[in-house]
Amino acid sequence: MDKYLFYPGCSMESNAKAYSESLLAVCEPLGLKLEEINDWNCCGATEYLGVSLTPAYALIARNLALAYNQSNGTQTIVAPCSACYLNLAKCDYYMQERPELGVNVNDALAAGGLHYDAGSLSIRHFLDVLVNDVGLETLKSKVVRPLKGVRVAPYLGCMVPRPDYDHRWSNPEYPNELDRVLKVIGAEVIDFPLKTHCCGGHMTQIGPQTAYELIYRLISAADQYHADVMATLCPMCQMNIDAYQGETNRHKGSDIQMPIVFFTQLVGLALGLDPKDLGFGREFISTKRVLDRIGLEMPEPVEVAPVTKPRKKQEGLPMPRMPREAGDEEVNP
Amino acid sequence: MSQPIHLFDSDDPQERIGVYVCHCGTNIAGIVDVEEVRDWAGQRLKDRGVVVSRDYKFMCSSLGQEMIEKDIKDLGLTRVVVAACSPHLHEQTFRTAAQRGGLNPYLTELVSIREQVSWVHTDKNAATDKAKAVVSGGVERVIKNQPLEPLHVPINEATLVVGGGIAGIQAALEIADGGYPVFMVEREPSIGGHMAQFDKTFPTLDCAACILTPRMVSVGTHPHINLFTWSEVESVSGYVGNFTVTIRKKARFVNEELCTGCGICQEKCPKKIIDEIYEAGLGYRKAVYTPFPQAVPKYPVIDKPNCTYFLKGTCKACEKFCPTNAIDFNQKDELITIQVGNIILATGYDLFDPRRIPHYGYGRLANVYTSLEFERLSNAAGPTNGEIVLRDGKTKPKSVGVIHCVGSRDRNYNNYCSAICCMQSLKFAHLVHERTGATVYNFYIDIRTPAKAYDEFYQRVLEEGTLFVRGRVAEVTDAARKPEEEGRLIIQVEDTLAGKQRRIPVDMVILSAGLEPRKDAKATAHTFGISCSADGWFIEKHPKLDPVSTMTEGIFIAGCVTGPKDIPATVSQGAAAAARVMGRIQQKEILLEPVRASVNPDQCSGCRICNNLCPFNAITFIEDRMVTEINPALCQGCGTCVAACPAGAISGTGFSNEQILRQIDGLLMLNLEYMSEAAELVPA
Repeated sequence: MDKYLFYPGCSMESNAKAYSESLLAVCEPLGLKLEEINDWNCCGATEYLGVSLTPAYALIARNLALAYNQSNGTQTIVAPCSACYLNLAKCDYYMQERPELGVNVNDALAAGGLHYDAGSLSIRHFLDVLVNDVGLETLKSKVVRPLKGVRVAPYLGCMVPRPDYDHRWSNPEYPNELDRVLKVIGAEVIDFPLKTHCCGGHMTQIGPQTAYELIYRLISAADQYHADVMATLCPMCQMNIDAYQGETNRHKGSDIQMPIVFFTQLVGLALGLDPKDLGFGREFISTKRVLDRIGLEMPEPVEVAPVTKPRKKQEGLPMPRMPREAGDEEVNP
Repeated sequence: MSQPIHLFDSDDPQERIGVYVCHCGTNIAGIVDVEEVRDWAGQRLKDRGVVVSRDYKFMCSSLGQEMIEKDIKDLGLTRVVVAACSPHLHEQTFRTAAQRGGLNPYLTELVSIREQVSWVHTDKNAATDKAKAVVSGGVERVIKNQPLEPLHVPINEATLVVGGGIAGIQAALEIADGGYPVFMVEREPSIGGHMAQFDKTFPTLDCAACILTPRMVSVGTHPHINLFTWSEVESVSGYVGNFTVTIRKKARFVNEELCTGCGICQEKCPKKIIDEIYEAGLGYRKAVYTPFPQAVPKYPVIDKPNCTYFLKGTCKACEKFCPTNAIDFNQKDELITIQVGNIILATGYDLFDPRRIPHYGYGRLANVYTSLEFERLSNAAGPTNGEIVLRDGKTKPKSVGVIHCVGSRDRNYNNYCSAICCMQSLKFAHLVHERTGATVYNFYIDIRTPAKAYDEFYQRVLEEGTLFVRGRVAEVTDAARKPEEEGRLIIQVEDTLAGKQRRIPVDMVILSAGLEPRKDAKATAHTFGISCSADGWFIEKHPKLDPVSTMTEGIFIAGCVTGPKDIPATVSQGAAAAARVMGRIQQKEILLEPVRASVNPDQCSGCRICNNLCPFNAITFIEDRMVTEINPALCQGCGTCVAACPAGAISGTGFSNEQILRQIDGLLMLNLEYMSEAAELVPA
């Protein structure tokens, strides 16, 4: 069984529960063992790097340092979330490219008794592992319920293939890995021209008009291509297109119902797993028509009661304290 | 000044050495104190044999050279050291000057105090000291120089031209018209190359076939040209003047003695195949075919992997209908060995494959064409008889977008400019305009129209109403956002002149794809023993002053093998290579630089380490004596084997260990002078 260090990221515990559930569910039949990094912290998403560079990188590097200490037998971190994957990869890359940054970050980490030598870990996205380590042949051999007749629009969003630091993708502007996975599990895959276009990201919060426009482009294109469902690998994309679709329709005067799921949910269906265990029913735009096509019952929608989680008790090592120095004001590279 | 300290016991024969220090205007004199170097050499190196040291503003001028000649005669100089520019520039000049003065030219040493001193330093004192060290090294070395004689090699009059495109055709005709025999090898069934695929040629818009086919016919019928089509060069051995070349003549399955080229076999052949080469994938041919009606030679070939008879064992329709019984299914590949004196490589280019840029949609979106596809589309002899239509084969486009620099000037693909795409795109715009009346957009980064009548053509296309949008296209998509975009191709581009993003819906997109080296260029370079750049273009001997020669004597290059070129430049190079070859042939024999490596057979252990290192295939292993030998006519004196030999059995003439060590000693002698106080502590 191939073992990987696993960096889930915050969204997997909240809005992308379906991703988390389906991802963990498909690992077993695919022979993947994910070992969660103990005491991991937020990657800072897209915002922190725009505020202050050194602390933002230190925040990310803490995860790399923890992972490295934990890396018995594997040097590979797998991240399912686009932003997490990009941040981890970016931090590793820039710590190598700019030795000064590496020194500053390690100064900060030293406060928590940690250290990370850039380049010691390989940071990969789950899709990359699925295509290149598990392999499409193996995946194909495990399919028991091909998604026959399900028209899927593969949608990657911006951050996984670009920038392609390690040249892992077939083409950073128009990658075909997701298409190939979906084809192997029997779905009818659309050559979706907007597969790497932006979903609006955090514009839903700061400039909703812009976000609605971008979301509308995606869902209307998927609709034009008669897609039953969009498949993504990014929690942000999934949330924007799913949760803001109603608002977008209201804004544009349209009535598009385009469900969007995580590709691991579809892989899980093909592997014969129960839709309920794959997080189906958590979405706003119902996936009933997808399940209908392959003759499955829609699970009861999951009622999510708002919960306030108790603050995590301070365990493990203390967080690094940041030296305040000139140059902290520098902006994102 | 303290007493000079010498490392050498002076048992060298006393030479009479002249040292000449060049100012090179201010190139050298601006940084190096030339007079001081002169005086220093005259005094300090006196006991090393320097009898005269002079400086001059331009040593390479006639007056400078005459100064050296005069000194050789008047003062009886036996060695000359010139401190000036790099030997790449003027070594030959000063060797010739010494020869005129009556000295063996190889007793002259040119040391560089320009490229390696004045141009790379700013501290005048330090540079002057370094120049002295360099002169000192030159003096020590020249003492050990040996008089050498160039090698005389007779030249075979025949020439091999590889590649039957317009460059090869031009070269072959020039040489054959000069009365010398030519062998031409072309791997396709017909000569003609890419030019035979084109419809019109820019900027004059003359028909490509009309100007090309007469030349093809000349090649086919020329008494001095021996044409091998459907053939490839298998191996090359020998050296300038005396190459032995093995050609694989692939089985044509058609007897050329009997075939009349009537074409009935092609008519009767039931198997239709997409023609990926000549029709650029846009049209069909049969399994037995000539690529186009004007093909030279007229004999067809049978495409064995696609022929029904070879696949299933039955059919033979061509054989049944052939009126002269020319079809021969039992034909085998032939290996033919020829002797030639010179070789011209004109193997051309491949088109950049735009599938590598998936967001431009080629291969995904039906109405995205490559430039070569469009050439076939607009060609009157092409699959649509020159009708410019969409992939459905009937609809005329109402608007067409031409995208420049596809795969060129792009660090993701090729950094270089492909040189022909601007003019080609303008030509496309004109043809679309003329034949369909459609609106044409050109999406460009810069318009580059530098050659004769090129910019006038650009003006003409502008006046015809072609719309130019400056900006690199982001993507070509069929995802419509507005009703007027539905069912069309949308070009998303930043218009850098208007400073805004634009979406322009069109019916057809033409990708003006760049030119790339042939996929097998590196293998070809290896076969012929020449070098190619990292991306695969063949490297010229000098990019400006010797553009059709290679570092390997006797191998010339012409056309797009060295980089993208338009037809006029390609033809010029074909002619230039021919002129160089004919110049060589006229000399009857060639003088080769005597700077050569040689193996001392007593020291050679037969380890064969050097055998595969030689870039010029000059090293052979003699099995029965278990030693390696170097062919002096093939050796270019690069020194790779000399450095590699673990037994020290190989030495280079003009670069003996003794010469090199002496030069190093000379360079360091100066340092010892500065360390004189410390040196007093160390017994000399």
